[in-house]
Amino acid sequence: MEYLLLVISAVLVNNILLAQYLGNCPFLGVSKQMSTALGMGTAVIFTMTLASIITWGVHKWILMPLEIEYLQTLSFILVIASLVQFVEIFMKKSMDTLYQALGIFLPLITTNCAVLGVALLCIKNEYSFLKMVVFSFASGLGFALALVVFAGLRERYVISNIPKPLQGTAIGLITAGFMSLAFFGFMGLT
Amino acid sequence: MVTALIVMGGLGCVSALLLGIASKVFYVKENPIILEVEEALPGANCGGCGFAGCHAAAVAIATGKAPPNICVGGGPDISENVANIMGMKVVAKEPELASTECCGGARAVEKFNYDGIQDCRAANMLFGGTKLCEHGCLGFGTCVNSCPFGAIEMGPDRLPVFDPNLCRGCGACVRVCPKGIISLISSTTKILHFNQYSECLAPCQQKCPAQIDIPTYIDQIREGKYKEAILTIKERNPLPLTCGRVCPHPCEDVCRRGVEDEPVGINYLKRFVADWEMNQGQHLEVSIAAPSGYKVAVIGGGPAGLSCAYFLRRLGHKVTIYEQMPQLGGMLRYGIPEYRLPKRILDWEIEGIVGLGIEVRTGVKFGEDFDLEFLRAAGFDAVFMGIGAWDSRRMGIDGEDLEGVWDGTDFLSKFHLGETPVIGKKVVIVGGGNTAIDAARSALRIGASHVTLMYRRSREEMPANDMEITAAEEEGIELMFLAAPVRIHPKNGKVAKIEYIKMRLTDPDPSGRRRPEPIPNSETLMDADTIIAAIGQFPKIDFIRENKNIAALKITKWSTIDGAEETLQTDIPYVFTGGDCFTGPALAVDAIGAGRYAARSIHYYMLEGEIPLIEERQTSLIKETLFDHVEGLEHVPRVHPPELKVDTRIRNFDEVEHTLSPSDAQREADRCLRCGLICYNRDIIEAMERELAESTTQ
Repeated sequence: MEYLLLVISAVLVNNILLAQYLGNCPFLGVSKQMSTALGMGTAVIFTMTLASIITWGVHKWILMPLEIEYLQTLSFILVIASLVQFVEIFMKKSMDTLYQALGIFLPLITTNCAVLGVALLCIKNEYSFLKMVVFSFASGLGFALALVVFAGLRERYVISNIPKPLQGTAIGLITAGFMSLAFFGFMGLT
Repeated sequence: MVTALIVMGGLGCVSALLLGIASKVFYVKENPIILEVEEALPGANCGGCGFAGCHAAAVAIATGKAPPNICVGGGPDISENVANIMGMKVVAKEPELASTECCGGARAVEKFNYDGIQDCRAANMLFGGTKLCEHGCLGFGTCVNSCPFGAIEMGPDRLPVFDPNLCRGCGACVRVCPKGIISLISSTTKILHFNQYSECLAPCQQKCPAQIDIPTYIDQIREGKYKEAILTIKERNPLPLTCGRVCPHPCEDVCRRGVEDEPVGINYLKRFVADWEMNQGQHLEVSIAAPSGYKVAVIGGGPAGLSCAYFLRRLGHKVTIYEQMPQLGGMLRYGIPEYRLPKRILDWEIEGIVGLGIEVRTGVKFGEDFDLEFLRAAGFDAVFMGIGAWDSRRMGIDGEDLEGVWDGTDFLSKFHLGETPVIGKKVVIVGGGNTAIDAARSALRIGASHVTLMYRRSREEMPANDMEITAAEEEGIELMFLAAPVRIHPKNGKVAKIEYIKMRLTDPDPSGRRRPEPIPNSETLMDADTIIAAIGQFPKIDFIRENKNIAALKITKWSTIDGAEETLQTDIPYVFTGGDCFTGPALAVDAIGAGRYAARSIHYYMLEGEIPLIEERQTSLIKETLFDHVEGLEHVPRVHPPELKVDTRIRNFDEVEHTLSPSDAQREADRCLRCGLICYNRDIIEAMERELAESTTQ
């Protein structure tokens, strides 16, 4: 029950994109097509989970014992960036199909704030290892969900009659705002 | 502080070490060609090629999934560089440009059913876009927004207008158009296309034997786009200078403006742009498809042969024209007098056609100097036989072989072989066709004091062009109707008198024709020292009857070469025919149309072996397009080109008719009703205007 609540909270209530406003740049950048949105979503789920696991370890076994928790942000950025690069190199060699599907999105996530944000949240909320894994996975899922829904909307409004000044990113931001309001409706769930 | 530095430094070192090892262990050898190709691409990441950015495109090119010319943003030099890297040969590719054949249909009215929607795709999704016309642009201009190169704009009629200089043929507009009316069309496709009943065709375009897109080129003249107008004409007719002068313009007979007003001077306009091109001093460049490797021999350098050779050349084939006379042009040169078609103009026009890379052998006669076997041995894949109709029909009366009796084509061709025929003072022409009129007017110009034209029916039945008959009358040629020669009386072995009999027309027979019949005992004698018989022509085909190896070539009972109506293929599969030798004497523009038709058949015959039939090929006028009245039309007089005064023109062979001034051409082009583009029902137009006004004020 506890884990279910954690998932619902991460996916819907505290959606990383629409409630916490992290990772807005891929949200607007790769949401023009459903296919790319799906690819990006999967890549984020994968990276987010992996990054949280590693940073959790870094925090627990390096920063905490040495009492230099204030280096969290700095060291996490370094670790996440190297990690994503490493994964990309590894995938390219060993898992070609996966690389073809996710490869082009990986560099986009290298310094993604949503990934960093989730890693930091796990530490802030003092999650256990399992809770941390579930939370980061669910956050990634929430990101993918929001992205896919948004891409669906954007595919539609390409063909609708939008006043000139609002065309393009402007209407994208307005739509994101409304989606965010809609997600606020989940607030009462917790 | 120190700990922090050590930890961060350590983390950095570990990360760097890991990445370093990883890059060594998991090293993937990237194809260096990909990098090179990527360098050569413009790097705009426009996605016009259909790949996600230039890197993806480079990968696709290097792995052979995409051709080197896939980049739509870069142009030919980029493609060339990429092809060089890939070790491929660069051949010029025929450009494919976006275009639409749609000319409106019921679009204008229905546009306003889609209230408030400004995108074609939305309109199509919501309403299905039901159209009366099977094409039917919805007119919201979604294609305009989709074009990455800004090559499309909505024209004044709310139809997309494509700028060929900007269009790169990327196909974005083709993908976005929900009605599927935009296609990438190369010149080849256009040349191979013939009118179909399913198309939206103005009456003039249906009537023109060469199927020139008349409304389009008139529109282009109105907008001052003379170059485009010439190219539009040359997609169908390589001889606009000639046709602009000699064509009897059947198109003008069906012009809908002619129903309420005078028809538009279509041919004047054609001549106007053609003269404009010539006065520029340079032949406009036309596109030629990549070499196909096929060779075609064209026998006969008249309008049919020239047209066939021209279109085959543009389709990428190698063409050689064989001509029996010393110069190309056929009847245009040897049959049409100088005052109607100055030969320096014909020369210039032919020079432009031959300049496309067509080989020419003149002074060689088929059946004597060479035959089909020779052509096959020389490696020709197909042969077009456009030998015209050069034999004159004989009158079949006594005294026909006397000195002073000419046949019409012989007489006319003498002028262009460097000799002036010697004639007497009193000349009688027998016949009522254009050859007869040409002979009469020419005779007048070389010193005949009295020229009579004798025709066995009445003026209404005369096959000659009305304008020519009028001009002949103006020049003082006597027209003698309902009379037929019966005997020629000699004096000292020369023509002295002609005996003729008066005729009358019978009552219409069941087919509605009134035949002439002699009035008994009405023979009359008339003084004449020269008689020119121009009563009809047929192909000179003795060589076929004599020559065994082409005996398979069938001859009809009218002495024309037999061929399939739908393909122009003869009984020898690789021999095609067309023009006068197939149909019997007809117009130059008929021969030009047939030349293109044969070129299409030959093209398919060589490439595919089979010649596909044209579905719903338009051969007669579409009844619905011939509306019998036009509402709300103001009378605007037709322009008349300047012409020489009668007393100055009958003394020489100077060109009689001259070209329009640009302002007159503009005015005449403005008279075009643009059939197919405009609704003639005033109520509908007014309702549309009202709605338009409302929608703009909202």
